[in-house]
Amino acid sequence: MLNRTAENVARATPEPLARKVRGISDKGLAWLFISPTILLLLAINIFPLFWAIYLSFTNYRANRPNEVVKNLGFANYQRILGDKDIWIAMQTTAHFVFWTILLQTLIGFTLAWLIDRKFRGHAFWTTIILVPMMLSPAVVGNFWRFLYEPQIGLFAYAISFVTRIPPTDIQMLSNVSLAPWSIIIVDTWMWTPYVMLICLAGLRSIPEYIYEAAEVDRASNWRQFWSITLPMALPFIMLAVLFRGIENFKMFDMVNLLTGGGPGSTTEVASITLKRQAFESWRTGYSSAFAIILFVAVFGLANIYVKALNKVKQR
Amino acid sequence: MKSSLKLALGLTSAITASTAVSNVAHAEDLTLCWAAWDPANALVELSKDFTKESGIGMKFEFVPWTNYADRFLNELNSHGKLCDLIIGDSQWIGGAAENGHYVKLNDFFDKEKISMDDFVPATVVGYSEWPKNTPNYWALPAMGDVVGWTYRKDWFSKPELQKEFKEKYGWDLGPPTTFDQLKQVAEFFQKREIDGKTVYGASIYTERGSEGITMGAMDVLYSYGFQYENPKKPYEMEGFVNSDKSVKGLEFYKALYDCCTPPGASNSYMGEGVDAFKSGQVAMHMNFAFTWPGLQKDENVGGDKIGYFVNPKGPDGEQFAQLGGQGISVVSYSDKQEAALKYIKWFANKDVQAKWWSLGGYSCLNAVVKDPKFPASQPYAQTFLDSMAIVKDFWAEPSYAPLLQASQKRFHDYVVAGQGSAKDALDGLVKDWTQVFQDDGKM
Repeated sequence: MLNRTAENVARATPEPLARKVRGISDKGLAWLFISPTILLLLAINIFPLFWAIYLSFTNYRANRPNEVVKNLGFANYQRILGDKDIWIAMQTTAHFVFWTILLQTLIGFTLAWLIDRKFRGHAFWTTIILVPMMLSPAVVGNFWRFLYEPQIGLFAYAISFVTRIPPTDIQMLSNVSLAPWSIIIVDTWMWTPYVMLICLAGLRSIPEYIYEAAEVDRASNWRQFWSITLPMALPFIMLAVLFRGIENFKMFDMVNLLTGGGPGSTTEVASITLKRQAFESWRTGYSSAFAIILFVAVFGLANIYVKALNKVKQR
Repeated sequence: MKSSLKLALGLTSAITASTAVSNVAHAEDLTLCWAAWDPANALVELSKDFTKESGIGMKFEFVPWTNYADRFLNELNSHGKLCDLIIGDSQWIGGAAENGHYVKLNDFFDKEKISMDDFVPATVVGYSEWPKNTPNYWALPAMGDVVGWTYRKDWFSKPELQKEFKEKYGWDLGPPTTFDQLKQVAEFFQKREIDGKTVYGASIYTERGSEGITMGAMDVLYSYGFQYENPKKPYEMEGFVNSDKSVKGLEFYKALYDCCTPPGASNSYMGEGVDAFKSGQVAMHMNFAFTWPGLQKDENVGGDKIGYFVNPKGPDGEQFAQLGGQGISVVSYSDKQEAALKYIKWFANKDVQAKWWSLGGYSCLNAVVKDPKFPASQPYAQTFLDSMAIVKDFWAEPSYAPLLQASQKRFHDYVVAGQGSAKDALDGLVKDWTQVFQDDGKM
């Protein structure tokens, strides 16, 4: 097909050009088509990656371009791995990833299961549920910051109405114990619909005849759920967990907008620490090393997870 | 065909010619970079006179405070040509001088007979000199600024509140002169009902992201006896940064935050402070002096309802205030340095400086601020003068950014998040700052 198209193009073009086009092999043509993408990838992904790896072994600072760049070997890596604050940021990130994924998976799957019942108006409710996911994180961050406002925010008033605690005492973004949860709540609100969509695709891919056979065997609804629905939807759920896990590991926008890493450092996730080191303290070499460590961690964990996912799919 | 070709050629020539003319007209346009705030609007107004006199057009690049440092330090570090003139923060001076971002102005000042002796000494050291206290000038003092306080004069003068306050604390309710008094006043107003509304004691700096909590805490720490280093041995910080007096100062700042700020004020800086005061939430408000002209004009809290006071004294009677403000510099990557220097020469003129003050800018020229009419020229003028006489500033080293980030983290962790003690925070700060100076090869 590709060959024929090339020939047609060659026939329709003037002789010298046609000769040239006819002279290109399939492989050559394929390379011609994909080369812009490859060049772009090399320029904006691969080259910066290798450049960052090089910088991670140096004392380079982007705000001091005239200074001599010294090779530090693994000193940046050693310093990062021995830095207590970095480990605290990693713990905060892990805490954040764990709870957001747990809540989003539970609520997302439940919503998908309910939507899959195909009740009257289910299309309308599906659209409504999807709205938060379609909003810009900047809008969501600012919008929730106002909602959380202890003096004028609706969230504080709603909680106060239920608990009778004065709204000014419900300081979601200022209280050390509540601030991490304020971000988890917003992220869950925004991204549960995404998990729901993937789970819904999984639930709709289960053939109806399996349930019919189960009903013939007089399997209860509960039994059908545990033996058919959940195992068959599991690869989809795991895929959703993978996507959300990778995204939340590098979460920046929502934390920056809501708490900026505060109060103190209680919500300072790894990406905020990285940004501070790179663009506020201008430790370019050091922050490159930190970025490489994060990249290796995400890449390694994602690979292990994908292997587990493949095993589940093969069952 | 021929006529349409002629038409096309004619149009092309006309467009080319008009573009060329407009390019010639704007060839000397200068771009001035600064923060987006009230004084910047005053400068736009003031600069119209420069364009009238010189024929040089002025363009402005103003960036909100939250992105001001990121945006312009990136611009300078990448040797960008966006800014011909820049009004850079006082702490940038070391880095900008050592990295060659600013043009050194000594020869220009000598040639144009601009003397730094004509400017308020603190602003020359703070905004122009690097190394500090040496006659090496990289900027002309442009916008004097200092942290001070505003208070609700109308609330303070309510007889029933005055009576209650006197009974409780034994002194007349008025602008506090010591930090202990300030806390008493703040406690007195905290969660009090005034005109049917719950109000709070004070708005102070607690912002984590840029420099807020450092500016606020230092404003108190200086008067408690905090010192950045051993005056006899530069960069020796042990026993100075974390002295017992410094610890007491930081404990005071936390106590003030815990007792007397509005709910949710855990990330508050200049804008949030102004909002809290303007909306009638707080009795007292810590902020840079640049906010005062706007507050004075405010219909709800300005006029007779607002008063100003200098940063109070510490327990030993020492009294300092955190310096703000900036100098104006010529960017060394600009192709229009000559025109930019013309602007600086014009800006240093006495009449221009007098107009700058009248428009809402804070002049640093002695001839303006030492004019006998100056203290009465605005209700806040005397407080500004008194405050400028007691200023201290943060490190202005080339590594000011990591130094600032360290103090932001240590102070916020302790004051807002309540983690560890004041001693832990200041010991940690000595450790962080030592590391920064060791990395720089200064220790």
